[in-house]
Amino acid sequence: MAFLDRTARSFLLWELVSGMALTLKYFFKPKYTINYPHEKGPISSRFRGEHALRRYPNGEERCIACKLCEAICPAQAITIEAEPREDGSRRTTRYDIDMTKCIYCGLCQEACPVDAIVEGPNFEFAAETREELFYNKDKLLANGDRWEAEIQANLTREAAYR
Amino acid sequence: MGEGAFLEGYVIPTAIIVAQIVAVMIPILLGVAYLTYAERKVIGAIQLRQGPMTVGPFGLLQPIADALKLLTKETILPAGSNRIVFLMAPMLTFILAIIAWAVIPFDEGWVISDINVGILYLFAISSLGVYGVIMAGWASNSKYPFLGALRSAAQMVSYEVSIGFVMVTVLLCVGSLNLTDIVMAQQTIWFAVPLLPMFVIFFISVLAETNRAPFDLPEGESELVAGFMVEYSSMSFALFFLGEYANMILMSGIATVLFLGGWLPPVDIAPFNWIPGPIWFGLKVAFLLFVFLWVRATFPRYRYDQLMRLGWKVFLPFSLLWVVLTAGVLVAFDWVPA
Repeated sequence: MAFLDRTARSFLLWELVSGMALTLKYFFKPKYTINYPHEKGPISSRFRGEHALRRYPNGEERCIACKLCEAICPAQAITIEAEPREDGSRRTTRYDIDMTKCIYCGLCQEACPVDAIVEGPNFEFAAETREELFYNKDKLLANGDRWEAEIQANLTREAAYR
Repeated sequence: MGEGAFLEGYVIPTAIIVAQIVAVMIPILLGVAYLTYAERKVIGAIQLRQGPMTVGPFGLLQPIADALKLLTKETILPAGSNRIVFLMAPMLTFILAIIAWAVIPFDEGWVISDINVGILYLFAISSLGVYGVIMAGWASNSKYPFLGALRSAAQMVSYEVSIGFVMVTVLLCVGSLNLTDIVMAQQTIWFAVPLLPMFVIFFISVLAETNRAPFDLPEGESELVAGFMVEYSSMSFALFFLGEYANMILMSGIATVLFLGGWLPPVDIAPFNWIPGPIWFGLKVAFLLFVFLWVRATFPRYRYDQLMRLGWKVFLPFSLLWVVLTAGVLVAFDWVPA
């Protein structure tokens, strides 16, 4: 009987037909594709994208030039120079991130005691030249202003776990 | 000879033939273009993707974009190649895929040349197809194209034998080599029904003959890069590509004529017989082409020894047996056509 069964199956191409039935079923299923530039997938609130330097609500920049981020950065992508400002507070005079070196590990934002340097939700910052990816303090602060709402929302959502 | 006689004797017949050729060529080339699109769409759909979506509505202009891309690229002639043979190979492949259409009937009387040895002509043309591949592989003077060409040659020759036997069974049932007669003989029942095993063997052999998955060893993307086409670029590559897809359409056309009743409707009653013959023909060809793509999306590639085993040890004896069986049944019941 087993022999008959096996022979019948192989002559009726049973396996091939059942395989094709399966693929035909998938042919009519809804597709998973997201048409990227027009549709975007969801991003986690822990997503580590483009860096930003944040400000306090009164407009004062948060960074106090403790250089913990520069120290912890495994790719040595961050360069900071600092000196006391006229009002006596410590502030950076230079805060550069080489985005071509950065490995987006997120250690800088974990090291930051004042939540100044954060990695925001933006991942669409491709540029046509290397030079555009050497971010300076102005660029990072501008990013902070641009993405503040999203960054704040993410930080609030993750506050319980940090 | 007067002016009028020259006009009627030579110019008008030539013009009619050229018009017929153009009328066949344009749908075929459009079919080839949109077959590449359909392939990407069908395989995409089966893999839960969308396929081309951005060029034109639903990506419908994608084949045109692809063609423009290929045409604007540089044709590279490898330094070690035999230039004449190297450039002839893609032309040969494409020409062979096109000239076979001369004998395919699209409807009763809708055929460029209604010759009495239509099947033999088709068989000769499809057997010549292997020369394009061998010439390409040899003229490239490079190892992967050569290996691809060797595989392809052996494969095409192996499967042609069983295709030949399948055609013989159909011929036994018809008693004519004329393709129009073959279609007309299917008015009571399509040959796909009584000769179903032969139809299946024919279709699988055609997959091997046109180097389609799961028998795409000559191309074998994952092993041989692109097989015999490795050294080709631009227009010469486009001709191979067109040739391969035109061959798929041609083989579907032959399968339609031999087994699916050509232009005949499935049942000769209204509303089926309101639809004109060429549309039925096109629908059947389109269905077979869909199966080509469906098969490609379903099965993994055969190993080379499995391919040869299937061709020589399974299909050949089986089709031979079926030839004898068909002939026996025809004689026993006195059904042999006059």
